[in-house]
Parts: sequence; C-alpha cells; structure tokens
Amino acid sequence: MRELTYAEALREALRQTMHADPTVFMIGEDIGVYGGAFGVSAGLIDEFGPERIIDTPISEAALTGACIGAALTGMRPVGEIQFMDFITLAMEQLVLQAAKIRFMFGGKAKVPFVLRTPAGSGTGAAAQHSQSLENWFVHVPGLKVVMPSTPYDAKGLLRAAIYDDNPVIFVEHKLLYKTKGYVPEEPYEIPLSQSKVVREGTDLTIVATSIMVQRSLQAAEILAQVGIQVEVIDPRTLKPLDMNPIVASVKKTGRVMVVHEAVKTGGFGGEVVARIMESEAFDYLEAPVRRLAGLDIPIPYNRTLESHAVPQVDNIVDEARKLVRGGY
Amino acid sequence: MTTIIETSNYPAYLQEWGQEKALDLLRKMLLIRAFEEKAEELYALGQVHGTMHLSIGQEASAVGASLPLRPTDYLLNHHRGHGHCLSWHGSNVDLMMAEFLGKETGYCRGRGGSMHIANVESNNLGANGIVGGGIPIAVGVGLSIKLRKTDQVVLVVFGDGATNEGAFHESLNMASIWKLPVIYYIENNQYAMSMPVKKAFNIERLSQRACAYGIPGVSVDGNDLFSVYEAVKEAANRARSGHGPTLVEALTYRWRGHSKSDRQAYRTREEVKAWQKKDPIKRFAKKIGLDEKALDDLQQEARKRIEQAVAFAESSPEPDVATIMEGVYA
Repeated sequence: MRELTYAEALREALRQTMHADPTVFMIGEDIGVYGGAFGVSAGLIDEFGPERIIDTPISEAALTGACIGAALTGMRPVGEIQFMDFITLAMEQLVLQAAKIRFMFGGKAKVPFVLRTPAGSGTGAAAQHSQSLENWFVHVPGLKVVMPSTPYDAKGLLRAAIYDDNPVIFVEHKLLYKTKGYVPEEPYEIPLSQSKVVREGTDLTIVATSIMVQRSLQAAEILAQVGIQVEVIDPRTLKPLDMNPIVASVKKTGRVMVVHEAVKTGGFGGEVVARIMESEAFDYLEAPVRRLAGLDIPIPYNRTLESHAVPQVDNIVDEARKLVRGGY
Repeated sequence: MTTIIETSNYPAYLQEWGQEKALDLLRKMLLIRAFEEKAEELYALGQVHGTMHLSIGQEASAVGASLPLRPTDYLLNHHRGHGHCLSWHGSNVDLMMAEFLGKETGYCRGRGGSMHIANVESNNLGANGIVGGGIPIAVGVGLSIKLRKTDQVVLVVFGDGATNEGAFHESLNMASIWKLPVIYYIENNQYAMSMPVKKAFNIERLSQRACAYGIPGVSVDGNDLFSVYEAVKEAANRARSGHGPTLVEALTYRWRGHSKSDRQAYRTREEVKAWQKKDPIKRFAKKIGLDEKALDDLQQEARKRIEQAVAFAESSPEPDVATIMEGVYA
C-alpha cells in the first residue's frame, strides 16, 4: 500500500484538482517558490506557474477578499492563511462577507472557496502561532469547518471541500504534516459532514478532532491492555456536524468524552456534549460526560509548559480510566 | 495626479449620445431621487422596518459611473447604494422596492434589505453593510477576470470613510502589483457618518493616495454627470487594456443625514443649502437644454413609476417563515 505524508496527501489533492479544473487556483503568502511555510505547496509553482500559485504580499484581508471575489465570479480558489492565528486579520471578510453573501442575497449567489490553515501547538512557536481557533467558525452560519486527522482523509476531504459550493475553513495540524498513512493514488472525495468511527469499542466513546484523534487511538491501545474498549469517532467536518454515529455510539457505550486541543471554554466539546444531552443518547448515559481540552491559557513557549497546555496520550488514558472505572 | 473640477467636453458627449439618451440619463437620476424620496416617506410612515442610507444629491455620481461600463462588467456597491443599483445594467425598480419592503419578490427575497441589494444575474455583486467590505472582494473579481482572460472590468464603490480602513491599503496595493482591472471609486460625500473629511484626512484630495500604490488617481466633480462619466471611462479603458487599477474620487454631498438616527449636529444648514445649489439633476437638465417645465414633467413621470413599484411591492407576498433556513448553504 502506498504511503504519503499528510502534507503530500494535501499536495496531491491540490495537484489533481488543479490539473482537472482550470477554475482552481491557490493564493497565499509564500506558497510559490518557498512552497508554503509548512511545505504543502512545494513544487506546485513549477507545475502550474505563478498565475495559478499566487504569492501575495502580507495582506490576509485582501487575500481572503480575493478568494471571495473570485469565487463569486466562477472560480474555485484555495487560499492559505500561513498560521491559523493570522486568520484574525481576515475575520471581517470571512465572517461578514463570505459567510453571509449567499443568505443576504436570497440564495442567489454562491461563494465556493477553501481557506486552508495550519493550527495547533507543539512546535515551540508560542502564543501567537499555536492556536486552534476552529470553533470561532463553527459558530458562524454559512461557513463549513473541516479538520482532517489522517493523510487519507486530508486528500479526500480537501477535494470535497474544493468542489463544495460554500466557503470552507480547512484546518490542518502542524504536527500531522509529517505523519504517514495509506493514500490511494487516484482522485477521490470524502463527503463533508460524515463523522467516522475510526476504532470500535464497547466501554467508552471518545469524540476527538485533528491530532487528538491520533492521540486517542494511541490511548485506546493502552486502555485495551487493561480491558477498556474505546470507540473513537472523528467528526472530520465540525460544521455542519454529523451527530448520527456519535449518538449511536454513546447509546452503545453509555460513556463519552470529547477530546480537542483548543481551549475548553467555548470549545467544540461543549457543542458536542450539549447535542448528546439533547439526543436520545441521554437516557443511555451511565457516567457524566467529559471534555478533555486545552487549558484556558495562551500557549506557552517552554517545551514542558507547552506540552502540559493541551491533552497528551497519558491524559487521555487517565481520564478514560476514571470515566470507565469510576473516580468521578 | 490630475484634478478635474468639471469637464468642458460635455458638448462632445451630448453629440455622441444624442438627446434621447441624454434624457434617459436624466430620467434615471430622477428615478433614483424619486425612489429615495419615497423610501424616506415610507420610513416616516412606519411602513419600513430597519434602516437605510439615502444618496439624495449624489445621483450624478451613480448614473455617471455605470454609464461607460458594459453589461458584462461587474459592480460592487456600498451601503449608500440605491443609486448605483438602479444605474446598473438590467436593474428593475420593482424588485428594488420589493426588497426594500422585505418582500419575497425582492432582489434578495427580503433577506437583504436596503444595505444588501444584489442582482448577481446582471453582475451586480451586491451592496455592502460593512464600510470598505467590498474593496478586498474587488481584488478577487479582478483576479478572476485576469485568470479567465476576459476584457471585463469591476467597478467598486465606497465612501470617503472606507479609505481609512486597513483593507483599502491591502487591496489597492494588491490590485496594483497584479495590474487588475479594477476601478476604485470613492464617493466622497464629505462625511463618514459625522466625521468630516477635513478632520479625517491630512491630504487635499483622497485620490492623492493613489500615488502610494503606483496607480493613477483622479478627482472629479461628482455632481456633474459628464465629469464622472469621463473619469470612469478613462479608468475603464485603462483597466480593459491591461494597465491596472485607477483610483477615482467623485466629490459630492449627501443632502440627508447618514441614516435615520442622524440629527445632523455636525454640519450647518448653510452648508447643506450651498451644496443643494449644485443639484446634479438641475445641472444636467440645464446642460442638455431642458426647461423647468420639461424637467418637472419628467419628475412626475419618475414619481409615477415609483408608485407602480410601491404597488408591486405592497401586493407582493411576505417571505414564508417555513423558508427561513434557506440560502445559508448552497
């Protein structure tokens, strides 16, 4: 089986869609000769030229506006915000323009573009280059939010996002770029808004996003050795969210924990948990629902502090064990 | 930078257009004025929900800016945009009024209202409730035109206030380095809500800012349709021939307040009266040789048309609440 890294899988999706569809182009800071801050677009400028791999000045609002205007007039742009933190500089265009244009115009316009951006800590980049801000966008009607956790999903979801007729915030994780996994060579799409059971289990449901899916799977291995069978679900698309597999799983296990890197307060976990409580799964709960998330602090620089700011495998194991064996 | 106060070329334009087209332009300005006077009246009668921004006194700036452009070109409009919307190719005053009254038959099915009127079918990519919100979007429209290799251009309209938003700087620079076919059109009506241009800028003409982006800037008499036409035509030619964006400043004045909450404490009655003497409609009528009686007849005609639009809107259905979720996602 052919293996690619997460970054290579993204690049392959970009290359294949750009070859097939002349309306697709990339726009962002240092994505050309430099290849993008994390190398995702490396080499694409040689293949497609500077007309379709467009390097911009440091102007996040204008490059986001460029995506919107091009999308409104028949193109399918893929923008890159170099670090998710910098999306703050494009908030007006994203939240007040991209998300609302279709609705404000009575459903008579569409704004099909993808804004890719790397999130997450673990690189020592400190407080202004390490955030996971996905839930800000989950809160905005009109935007879709996608967060792949594997190379396979990265390729298929990116293609689906490019061909989706809505603005899609595509959140990648810096620590996942070099992770490897099976990726078919031919183009394929993974439909948006389909949560996926990535490991089956009977004792506890873990709903995890992005890199936390990988950490939860590692935790599940350890927990299996002590007889705790964990079911891990990756929503993959945070908005619009497919709750069906989550509700079905909680009905089966009676216990649920949501794990994400973003800070806990106002995070995605709150939404998932609330929806479980509102669902038919409520009657099946045998323990309080849990959220394991980033501490409510900016990401610190120091390596030890940084690793303690967000959930690690050990934390997931500990919390899961308490949830199943008691202790709360 | 060149400053045109008022073009002297108008006899040539009149000859080129002929009297009937000139009369149509006047009719359009009168229709805009009548639309907004009616809008104001409906608001005062409590028949309109929400707010609106009237451009009474700025009609030449709207009609003159659309005039040199083609139906295949694009418009990005701003919150004080009734005039530009009605000036744009393929506009329909019935659908405008229906949108204004929040009806299902309106341009945006009653979801947008006065600040968000769009007619995407005719390349009118919409008005905008955010000051300067359309300026970055114009970069994308220009980029799309360039990538699709057509000879379209995009006109993006905004006020003096928008030029002090950061996005203005990012966008003009980007459009300039890529030589995008964008016409940046500042409708300088002297006030950003209550902030006078004199206090918000330390430059004589807003078009001077063009030099920071390496593009031409031009300021024109925005109450003279011919001058606006001339400046936008030149900018369009430049854009179409691959020479990039132009910054056009139309100097004009809004006769009414910013919106309905405005008590206009920041300006004097004398100042308003002085500008009303430069009424764009009367100036144009005079230049095309129309007497007062003829102008009055055309004005009555415009008002009648607006009454028809009101009748259409009033008899139109309200949006069905069952459709409230429609249009969020494609």
